[in-house]
Amino acid sequence: MSMSVVEVRHLAAGYDGREILRDVSLSVSPGDVVAVLGANGSGKSTLIRTILGLVPLSRGEIELFGTPQPRFRQWARIGYVPQRLGAGSGVPATVGEVVASGRLARRGIFRLPGAADRTAVREALTDVGLLDRINDPVATLSGGQQQRTLIARALAGKPDLLVLDEPNAGVDAASQEAFAAALTRFAGNGGTIVLVLHELGPLRPLIGRTVVVHDGRIAHEGPPPEPAGHHAEPDHDHVHPHADEVKAGICEWAPTEGAKSY
Amino acid sequence: MELFAYPFMLRALAGALIIGLAAPALGIYLVQRRLSLIGDGIGHVALTGVGVGLLTNNSPVLTAVVVATIGAVGVELIRERGRTSGDLALALLFYGGIAGGVVLVGLSDDKGNSNLMQYLFGSLITTSPQDIVVIGGLAAAVLAAMLLLRPALFALCNDEEYARVSGLPVRTLNILLAVTTAVTVTIAMRTVGLLLVSALMVVPVAAAQQVTRGFRTTMAAAMLIGLASAGLGVVVSAEADTAPGATTVLMALVAFLGATIGGMIRRNLRRRHNRPPVTTEPPDVVLHG
Repeated sequence: MSMSVVEVRHLAAGYDGREILRDVSLSVSPGDVVAVLGANGSGKSTLIRTILGLVPLSRGEIELFGTPQPRFRQWARIGYVPQRLGAGSGVPATVGEVVASGRLARRGIFRLPGAADRTAVREALTDVGLLDRINDPVATLSGGQQQRTLIARALAGKPDLLVLDEPNAGVDAASQEAFAAALTRFAGNGGTIVLVLHELGPLRPLIGRTVVVHDGRIAHEGPPPEPAGHHAEPDHDHVHPHADEVKAGICEWAPTEGAKSY
Repeated sequence: MELFAYPFMLRALAGALIIGLAAPALGIYLVQRRLSLIGDGIGHVALTGVGVGLLTNNSPVLTAVVVATIGAVGVELIRERGRTSGDLALALLFYGGIAGGVVLVGLSDDKGNSNLMQYLFGSLITTSPQDIVVIGGLAAAVLAAMLLLRPALFALCNDEEYARVSGLPVRTLNILLAVTTAVTVTIAMRTVGLLLVSALMVVPVAAAQQVTRGFRTTMAAAMLIGLASAGLGVVVSAEADTAPGATTVLMALVAFLGATIGGMIRRNLRRRHNRPPVTTEPPDVVLHG
């Protein structure tokens, strides 16, 4: 049990010979909820992508569940939630079909889906509040709902570790709450979470530890920052008069192609 | 219809139907991955294989399969390396393929335009019984791989990085897709010809997705459209004395137009029937009974 879920030692990585991360060490224990913060371009996404093997490691070592990452094979234990739905090609796919991909790591590629797979898909969609959309094309969903679909896909594999890349970037408030709730349930059941965030937002109560990436290194590590300024005053009632404006901006993320077809 | 009393016409029909069914089953993955034109490029490369076959007195279909496979795997390796110079590398490969093919065919004893045209635009009528066996066997293998591995291939083409993190053998699956593309191109060379091969992989999929909502239904509909286009293409071309390959592709395009217009009408009707339009953002809370 003392074995860490993710162990990173002196990691360096980058693209095309340009080093983005220079020397990063990080340890995530079972049940931890770790937020990786940092400015745009700081390398916070690169960090989790390197941990998952999507970016080649140039120096250092990574262990996943006690196994060196190059030899790690138990991918069913990891649920990955990318920033957005893949290329979004023209071929339609239903929400259920996308979420069913989450079962592949557990089932293997040669076995056809069975009752257990279908149950897991429905459970995962229930968890993010999208079961009623199971037969709808993903292209007709809003940006936030597509993000929830991706979380359901990761949850359907019943992972021990969830890795999320900016799950709340440009997501409407309803979806943010729905997936904050799903993540809280996942953590409550002992799941481990590593997520890249631009800002803590509604996920703040869930987060046990923050790691700030700056200039290719970990600049700060500790509990999430306490609210400061007006927010810290006891009589502050958290009214956000600009909430509407923020919401308006979100519309840009909603798919227009799918919306047009109705 | 009495045309089909001739065995060669029956063979032509059988060959066309087999390709009509198999090509879209592969093509849907290529479309999903935005590689709609890859079949066209591999077709160019296959022509070099035909030239090699004619020049060395081997079966052109066999050498075309080999050369197209080498080409397809090469394209996949270039694609995997990163996209920056991939586009140009692909162009070089494709034009090299067609130029090499034309030169090699010209050098062979069998030279002459009619021979070259046979491979470029198809020559269904000359399908031999052995050809049908080869086409049937290879198409069955392609179909089996595309249908049985659908969940994995769907995940791969939908989101390659997610597939990688799921522990899928991404590279093996990519090479499998490349090899099946080469095989499909080569066997389709007899029906629609190398220049129109890609159409049978892509157009039925484009038609199907005008009216479908899911991947599985799109695949099934595309295979049906491919089958119907191929069948109609052979019949119409026999009656009207037109080129079977091109007629088949035109049939698939008619299906695409029909599906597009049908889809538009259906959406309009739905709107007029006063069904509340599906909003992009449904209620925040959904109760499940």
